[in-house]
Amino acid sequence: MRTVIFILQKEFRQIFRDKTMLPIIFIVPIVQLLILSYTATFEIKNTRLVVVDQDHSQGSRELVFHFESSSFFKIVARQQNYEQAAEWLKNGDADQLIVIGTDFGKAIETNQPTKVLLVTDAINGSAASLMSAYAQQVIQGFNKNILAKRVPFKTNKGNLTAEPLFWFNPKLDYITYMVPGILVLLVTIIGFFLSGMNIVKEKELGTIEQINVTPIKKWQFITGKLLPFWLIALFELVFGLGIAKVVFNIPFLGSFPLLLGVAAVYLLVVLAMGLLVSTITDTMQQSMFISWFFLVIFILMSGLFTPIESMPDWAQWFNKINPIAYFITINRMIMLKGSGFSDFAGLFYALAGYAALMLVLAVNRYKKVV
Amino acid sequence: MKPVIEVENLVKKFGDFVANDSLSFSVFPGEIFGFLGANGAGKTTAIKILCGLSAPTSGKASVAGFDVYRQSEQIKKNIGYMSQKFSLYEDLTINENFQFYGGIYGLSRKVIRERTAALLSRLQFLDAKNEVLRNIPQGWKQKLAFSVAVMHQPKVVFLDEPTGGVDPITRRQFWELIYEQANQGTTIFVTTHYMDEAEYCGRVSIMVDGRIEALDTPEQLKKQFAVSSMNDVFVKLARAPK
Repeated sequence: MRTVIFILQKEFRQIFRDKTMLPIIFIVPIVQLLILSYTATFEIKNTRLVVVDQDHSQGSRELVFHFESSSFFKIVARQQNYEQAAEWLKNGDADQLIVIGTDFGKAIETNQPTKVLLVTDAINGSAASLMSAYAQQVIQGFNKNILAKRVPFKTNKGNLTAEPLFWFNPKLDYITYMVPGILVLLVTIIGFFLSGMNIVKEKELGTIEQINVTPIKKWQFITGKLLPFWLIALFELVFGLGIAKVVFNIPFLGSFPLLLGVAAVYLLVVLAMGLLVSTITDTMQQSMFISWFFLVIFILMSGLFTPIESMPDWAQWFNKINPIAYFITINRMIMLKGSGFSDFAGLFYALAGYAALMLVLAVNRYKKVV
Repeated sequence: MKPVIEVENLVKKFGDFVANDSLSFSVFPGEIFGFLGANGAGKTTAIKILCGLSAPTSGKASVAGFDVYRQSEQIKKNIGYMSQKFSLYEDLTINENFQFYGGIYGLSRKVIRERTAALLSRLQFLDAKNEVLRNIPQGWKQKLAFSVAVMHQPKVVFLDEPTGGVDPITRRQFWELIYEQANQGTTIFVTTHYMDEAEYCGRVSIMVDGRIEALDTPEQLKKQFAVSSMNDVFVKLARAPK
C-alpha cells in the first residue's frame, strides 16, 4: 500500500505539473456542455418554405396563411411555377416547396377532395421527415378549420383525438435530454484518453524500463496509474453536473450518491480499456488512433444522438458491449426519471462484470518484461 | 568468495537468431566487471536476462543468490539498473525522483531523506535538489541516475552504457563515483564502448557475435593479445576471422 501512495504522489505531481492538464480538466467540460447541449438538437425551426400558389383563391390564401402563422415555417419566396420554385431547393436556398394547383379553391368550396404537392429537401433524412410531418400538421389544422366552417355542428362529434402527455421531459426540451448524455461523454473521453496515454508515455520516454527492474508489483503499478484518473473523472462528473444545474437548470430527480456509485464502476471499465490500449501500443500516436477508433464507434452507437431502439438488430446487439450505452441509459434514468437502483440493477451488474473483465485483461496484458 | 553473479551455459534465442550463445562467467562482490562488445554483440540481451526483464532460453544464471527463472522479483530487490536511455522523470524535480524510486524500493520517508541528502552532497549537488530534471545538463543527469540506481543499496548495479554522450571530464567524475561505490562493496556490472573506460575495470569480458571470446583483467588481455591498449585488444577480437 505504501508503494501505491508513492506512485500516486508521483502521478499527481506529473499530472498537475503539465501545463495543458488544468485547461483540459476545467475548460473542456464547460465548452462541451455549453456548446454541444445547444447545438446537438433535432428540433427543426424556421423551415425555409417556397410557396407556388397557382390558384390565388380564398382557399389557397388561407392555407398559405396557416403556414405563415406557424413558428416552424418561414416563407422565403412566392413563385408562379414549379420550375422556378425548384431552383430554390436545388440551390439550397429553401428546404421545402408547397405547390397549390389551379383547381384548389374550387374543390374546397364544393367539398371535393383535392391535393397539394409538398417537396422536401431530404439530404438529411430525419430532418426531412420532421419537416414533412410539421407541414402535414399545418395542412391538417387547415382541414379542421374548413370543416368547422362548412359543417359546424358535426365536427366535434365522433372525432377521435389523442391527448398527448409527455412524461419526464414535459416540454420536450432537447437540452434536458442531451445534458445527461453529454456528461457521460465528458467523463468517458477524459478517462479513456488520459489512461490510454499514460503507460505508453512511459514506454516512449523509456522510464517504463526503469520501473520494470524495480520490485514493484503489477497491481500496485496499475492501481497507482488508474486511481488518479478515476478521481479526476469523478470530479469532472460532479463539476459537469454543477454546470448542468447552474446553467441549464437540468432536473435531477434521482439520488446523487447512486449516480456517483454507478459512475465509479463505469469509470473502471473505461479506464481499464484505456489502460489495455496503453499496454498493447508502443507510441502515444498509436494509442491515440486506437482510442479514437473505439471512442467514435462507441459514441455514435451509444444512443446519445439517435435512439438505440431504432437501430438495426446487430447494432442493438453491439451495444451490449458498448459501455457508453449502459451509462447514458442509466444516467438519463437517474437524472430525469428519478429511477432507483432496482430499476436498472440488471444494467448495473452487467457493467460491474464488464469492469472486472477489463481490469483482469489490462493487468494481465501489462508485463514487467521486455 | 562466493560469486554474486553466476552464469553457466546461458543461451537466449529469438527465433533462429542466437543472441547469447552459451555464456559462462562469474562476478564477485565489490568487483567492477566490464562487459564489452560491438553493437549487436548481445550485451543488452544478457543484461536484461540478469535483471529479470527477460527469460533465458536455456542454461543457468543467478544474481545475488536468486535464480533468474523463478526469482526474478527477488533479484529486482537486490539490484540497481541504469540504462543507456536516460530514465528518470524529466518533469519531476531531483528530490521527487529520489523520493519516488526510494518509495518503490520500500524505503521509509526518513531513510529516503537521509540518503537523498547523502547522495546529493557526494555529487555536491544538494543545492539543486528542487530543480526540475529537464533543466539539468546531460552529464549531471547521468550522475543523478546512477545515484538513484544505488539509493536502495543494491548488491549489484547494472550500468548499460552509462557514459554515452557525456564529455570526458564528466566521464572521469562518473568513474570516480563507480569506484567509490565499488569500494563500499557494491558489485558493478558495466557495458561501455569507450576503451579507456575498459582499462578502469577489474576484469573485462569481450563478446563477439553472442559469445564471450575473452575474459580477464585488462593487463592479462593486453599480454595475451600482445598489444598495448584495450582498444587494440577489442579491434583484434572483433575483426578476428570466425
